Amino acid sequence: MKQQYFQKEIECASQQQIKDWQDERLVKQVRHVWDNVPYYREKMKEKGLTPDDIKGRDDLYKLPFLTKADLRDAYPYGLLAVPLKDCVRIHSTSGTTGKRVVAFYTKEDIDLWNDCCARAIVAAGGTPDDICQVAYGYGLFTGGFGLNGGSQKLGCLTLPMSSGNTDRQLQFMEDLGSTILCCTPSYAAYLAESIHERGIQDKIRLKAGIFGAEAWSEEMRRDIEKSLGIKAYDIYGLTELSGPGVAYECSEQTGMHINEDHFIAEIIDPDTGEVLPEGSQGELVFTSITKQAFPLLRYRTRDICVLTREKCACGRTHIKMSKPMGRSDDMLIIKGVNVFPSQIETVLLEQGYTSNYQIIVDRVNNSDTLDVLVEMTADHFSDSLADITSREKDLIAALKAMLGIYAHVHLVSPKSIVRSEGKAVRVIDKRKI
Amino acid sequence: MKIHQISVFLENRTGQLAEITGLLAENGIDLRAINVAETSDYGVIRLITDDENAACEVLNKNGFIYSISDVQTVGVPDKPGGLSVLLKALADADIDILYMYSIFGRKDGRASMVFRVADQAAFEAAVESSGLNCSDGEDLGLE
Repeated sequence: MKQQYFQKEIECASQQQIKDWQDERLVKQVRHVWDNVPYYREKMKEKGLTPDDIKGRDDLYKLPFLTKADLRDAYPYGLLAVPLKDCVRIHSTSGTTGKRVVAFYTKEDIDLWNDCCARAIVAAGGTPDDICQVAYGYGLFTGGFGLNGGSQKLGCLTLPMSSGNTDRQLQFMEDLGSTILCCTPSYAAYLAESIHERGIQDKIRLKAGIFGAEAWSEEMRRDIEKSLGIKAYDIYGLTELSGPGVAYECSEQTGMHINEDHFIAEIIDPDTGEVLPEGSQGELVFTSITKQAFPLLRYRTRDICVLTREKCACGRTHIKMSKPMGRSDDMLIIKGVNVFPSQIETVLLEQGYTSNYQIIVDRVNNSDTLDVLVEMTADHFSDSLADITSREKDLIAALKAMLGIYAHVHLVSPKSIVRSEGKAVRVIDKRKI
Repeated sequence: MKIHQISVFLENRTGQLAEITGLLAENGIDLRAINVAETSDYGVIRLITDDENAACEVLNKNGFIYSISDVQTVGVPDKPGGLSVLLKALADADIDILYMYSIFGRKDGRASMVFRVADQAAFEAAVESSGLNCSDGEDLGLE
């Protein structure tokens, strides 16, 4: 396959060039933040730092971290680094884990963000000839506007569908002949299922999907690819940094290239904060080096992953991050064992169940319990209870092998677990500790 | 005659049985036999209806998971020990019964039983050896 790039000179720049950009932009960014954000200036002073201590990427480790708690403390304007009159938009996090966080954008911030998303669409095989159906939510959530901006900048015909209204999604997909679908992976799986239920597979012209904003496994990727007859690409981002497009997958589908001309990535030990060498698994930390309105230095994402500078066959040179193995705040500690919902999803899909599941954690008589609601499928059903219970036992054994602890499995009716067209509610933790 | 039984997955939740029987009733489908097997979390309701296709269509449309299996019915003498003679014959012939249940009503002094077995031919032979016959579905009002 012939590789296409949106900004070849950037995407395929030499390692030295990338370092030069990062050194120069970081120094400038630290000065910008010091001059304009008292909150961060105080944090630097506490560590005895001034902007002169940061001469390039190699000094990054000296800077203090920012966490979501800082963003909440500084809400709403505390981390704003430009006059409000220069801001043209806000976006906000979904607020599922606490108080909302608001991020600001200048015109240029949005323009650079659009570049990042356009790179992702091109890496997924997109060209100006494509018809790009954006089924991420539009609004405060960054998904819709982010991919919309990238699609438009690339020159695709852009369908700003937003999320939900499956009937209309499928009608436009069929009638207008959408070729690229952008949405959450759980909604993509739901759309695929609906397409098959209606028997309209032959009328769908999709060739690629760009799916992000929630965790999904390789098995789920294969399921969606098979069911829709497309290539499914992951995309990564955080509202705090801009939105989707911080990193994106290329044709190799072996990790996501981080847009290093805009972001410096580090992997740290989540407990000690120590920077870990390339190839180590740890918490991903980002520094935005071009963002003007809401620049974040060493922002802790809570995502656990691995970075690699290994040469990529696609020709892009920017560092790659693995699919996050979980979030340090999604990680459940059950009976003292670390459990990521993605591990449970992997087992379910391997055993042929759907990725629509729910995890309920509770504490009964001072002991943690893990319950997993799993939707029954036609393949696992039988008129004989003995057959069903034996398959159920296989599932329990596979979960035990993966997690190391016992999970109570509850088989429930198909589609009885609430489907969300935005982010899926996979985990209910009822423990009051 | 092989009789088709429809088995439906049920979540163990109040009202699930009423929902299924209600849907069948709304569509004018008559139940000839019904049996429920359950665990603490879920159950399987097994049905024999007078219109298999219509029943499946209703279940499909309402998103139920179901399967079709072949079952056998036998009319056994409706008197003490009537069933035990048959079961003894099946045990002697080493027939593995996955499950069985009875059908409402009686006819000509016989009560009908539904059997789900692994080996249908061996089952038929064993039933005959006990002096009984597998029914042709007439006792269920099926044609």
